Amino acid sequence: MADQPLVRLTIEGVPVSVPQGTLVIEAAKQAGVMIPHYCYHSGLPVAGVCRMCLVEIETTPKLQIACATQAAEGMVVNVLSAQAREARQGVLEFLLINHPLDCPICDQAGECELQDYVFQEGRSRTRYTPTYAKRFNPVEDFGGDVLYVPNRCILCTRCVRFMEHVAEEPILNVSERGDRAYIGIHPDRHLDHPWAGNVVDLCPVGSLLSKDFLHKARAWELDKTPGVCTGCSQGCNVNLDTRTDVVVRVRPRANLDVNQYFMCDHGRMQYRWMNRGDRIEAPLVAHGHELAAVSWDHAFARAAEIVRGTAGRAAVLASPRASTEALFLAKRVLGRFDLTAAFRVQRVSEEAPLIGVPNLALRSERAPNVTGATLLGYTEQFEVAVKALSGSAVVLVLDDPLEGVSADLLRAAGQVIYLGTVLPDAARAAHVVLPIANVAEEDGTFVNRDQRVQRYFQAKVGPGMARPAWWVLGELLAELKLGGPFGSAAEAFAWMAAEEPRFGGLSYQLLGTRGMVLPAGRPAGVGA
Amino acid sequence: MGYPHQPHLKETVVLSQYFGDAEARTYDGWVKRGGYQALEKALAMEPAQVIEIVKQSGLRGRGGAGFPAGVKWSFMPKEKKKPHYLCCNADESEPGTFKDREIMRWTPHGLIEGCAIAQYAIQAEVTYIYVRGEFTEPLRIMEGALAEAYRHGVLGPNAMGTGKRLDMYLHRGAGAYICGEETALMSSIEGRRGNPRIRPPFPAAYGVFGMPTTINNVETLASVPHIINRGGAWYKSLSLSHPKSTGTKLFSVCGNVKRPGNYEVTMGFPLGELIDELCGGVPDGRTLKACIPGGSSVPILNREESESCKLDYEGCVEQGTMLGSGGLIVFDDSADMVYQIMRLARFYAHESCAQCTQCREGTAWTVRILQRILAGQGEAKDLDLLLDLSEQMTGKTICVLSDSCAAPVVSGIKKFRGEFEAYINGTRRPRPVLVHA
Repeated sequence: MADQPLVRLTIEGVPVSVPQGTLVIEAAKQAGVMIPHYCYHSGLPVAGVCRMCLVEIETTPKLQIACATQAAEGMVVNVLSAQAREARQGVLEFLLINHPLDCPICDQAGECELQDYVFQEGRSRTRYTPTYAKRFNPVEDFGGDVLYVPNRCILCTRCVRFMEHVAEEPILNVSERGDRAYIGIHPDRHLDHPWAGNVVDLCPVGSLLSKDFLHKARAWELDKTPGVCTGCSQGCNVNLDTRTDVVVRVRPRANLDVNQYFMCDHGRMQYRWMNRGDRIEAPLVAHGHELAAVSWDHAFARAAEIVRGTAGRAAVLASPRASTEALFLAKRVLGRFDLTAAFRVQRVSEEAPLIGVPNLALRSERAPNVTGATLLGYTEQFEVAVKALSGSAVVLVLDDPLEGVSADLLRAAGQVIYLGTVLPDAARAAHVVLPIANVAEEDGTFVNRDQRVQRYFQAKVGPGMARPAWWVLGELLAELKLGGPFGSAAEAFAWMAAEEPRFGGLSYQLLGTRGMVLPAGRPAGVGA
Repeated sequence: MGYPHQPHLKETVVLSQYFGDAEARTYDGWVKRGGYQALEKALAMEPAQVIEIVKQSGLRGRGGAGFPAGVKWSFMPKEKKKPHYLCCNADESEPGTFKDREIMRWTPHGLIEGCAIAQYAIQAEVTYIYVRGEFTEPLRIMEGALAEAYRHGVLGPNAMGTGKRLDMYLHRGAGAYICGEETALMSSIEGRRGNPRIRPPFPAAYGVFGMPTTINNVETLASVPHIINRGGAWYKSLSLSHPKSTGTKLFSVCGNVKRPGNYEVTMGFPLGELIDELCGGVPDGRTLKACIPGGSSVPILNREESESCKLDYEGCVEQGTMLGSGGLIVFDDSADMVYQIMRLARFYAHESCAQCTQCREGTAWTVRILQRILAGQGEAKDLDLLLDLSEQMTGKTICVLSDSCAAPVVSGIKKFRGEFEAYINGTRRPRPVLVHA
């Protein structure tokens, strides 16, 4: 729409210019006015059924819905006029007469648009006689992760439209008529589409709930931290919701260039491991056949000693779930060796696309930073690297779970430095073990499959002495007098941007929360 | 009226001329009565000429809105870039209205001819006749007539031997009132849930299957052959009052009258005369109390208003109501207006499509309040609440179903407030109604 001519209009006294064809509800956002709405969602086709966004447009006798009215030159929109407020108050009153008002036991409470708008502009008391029965339908398990509580439903039809027009699997509908209506599901189907979980986020009230999150936490107890999904190489933007240092939920964060407003169910489930209890909580150094907990200084000294005291071939076995910074720094630590840098990634045969959104799918590569690793010179020749371990003087493992790699194989190498969140059996063969933070416990970046560099933020604190990999590797580099140390992930990234031409010119500040495509990378993303 | 009674002398019989004449139902019988001459005449003209004649006649939509038919046709794109469609709205479900049913029962070929002319005028190759699901007999008759029309080459790839394609399909509804709303009707034809759509885009730009579409009522289309045969000027001359209301109109009269039925009168005919003379008045010993002139969706008229009302678009508006579909419901002094209004509201609550909040919740709430008043449990503030709800339900939704529910409630409370108050203050025996929508 960028090349569309602009139209000028006034919304609540604020003049704005928007491209022709923009809806009033979107134009209002530019004017800093959020017009209350339920059925409208920027990622879905317009339905115009909730009638909540009624606004007054001067020169038009009747109130108009802002979600279906296009901005026009010279239009004057009054959102807060008495007439418009009264109409919206009427809608809220109607919505509440069949609503159970069970907010105290409702998962949505605190992030419920019905609650919000009623507080904002609803009536303080009902005029609905309390003895009238309210509509009642039993709770229904829609399958997948979705539970339907029909009594709370306001029939905005966002879920129906998502399944029909975005997922293109129209198994939901509005059943019955009048005030008996409810959301129906195809009798022989379940809501098991790989992207079906989005209906829970789309639901403005507590009618569609996540079974996984059910009764786990209240919305106001949660801290939200922007992150990037680790489920595959798509790099969907997410929010990690944490309560007292426990990640309880992952929800999509809007990014029109990557995932619009959505994320897949596989991605949603990528959080339990972030709360694992069996973490390494202190640096460990081998004494004979035992690993002993030591201070960071001691561990760094021992690791530096290993690196300095050897020469020849070396290997880095990295995880494509590690941050770009860590991947870069790990190679720097062993910079003077004849280095083999490899990673491995789980690949499944099929992608699971969200048909209504171009270039959005659950990808077959099930790790977030495959592109980052590849750009930094890591190859997907893990098995080759493992076979060559015996000839290596030093092996640095960066959070690879070492499945299929035996302790004996590792012992065949000269010295092993293991950076990891947990300690698999094979890693007990390491000479130095350095505990690192997981993705929820550090700042960092991933590069998605479209070469988009995206930041993720620290959502909780790591256990014990575990520290972000960029910090650990930075300290080790400093010990080796090769660079570092770094006070923040931003500093580590800045060093990488200075040293690696592909990342040149980028900084944390530029990346912001939406990320940027690598300057020389091919442009891609949803909009392309 | 013709059937089952003989037409009254004051009727102007155009559409209903052959009501009760079984022979007119057949192709041969229809041709013998001058049928399909108008189609032949129209097909020899340019489409624009046909539209011009209809415009000149002043024919207005008989479904309720009263929009000039010729003007509506002229909204169709002049240059045909996509297929055009004509929809004939035969989903006559408005309580109190049964004129289209009789047109289809007695003069199916008249409707087919009207559709074919309109279809030609708007350059459509296909017409969908959307017949109300409950109309089993009219459907059967229409099916027979349509087959006959195809057999005789009236329709088909070479309609009337002109080489033009005119196809017509009957689509049977499944019994939803809302499918008589034009955009809901189109959704229903497309095989989707019969929900009204937001306008714009209007049907002339984006109608059935997303193509330019014109949609007309049965009575409107059935009038077209007469206009083509006898000229726009003749039709325009059929007016007793306002020049913008022309032609004849079928009124379906029901309720407390001696001779209910369909009556065809010239536009501007006095309502009082229709009830008293044509329909024989209210039963003996009773007096007229109220009437609803245009199907249940329009405001109620009290006795004085009824007696001075002229039956045309403007005359009804003057009295604060609408001509609507011409379904005239008459109440005598035995009628319990509170109950009647509740009964109407219950219909709307049952038929609301559930899209718009005000309609879905408002219609049902209105019924509950009215039922509570009837049960003797009403409170004085309930009437203001009803009026306030009706205000919220008027002019704020996609279609006018909720407005239609509000209209009788508002006018009823305004004109018969005493009856409501009698239930509320206990001077009238409660009449509990336990059945909900």
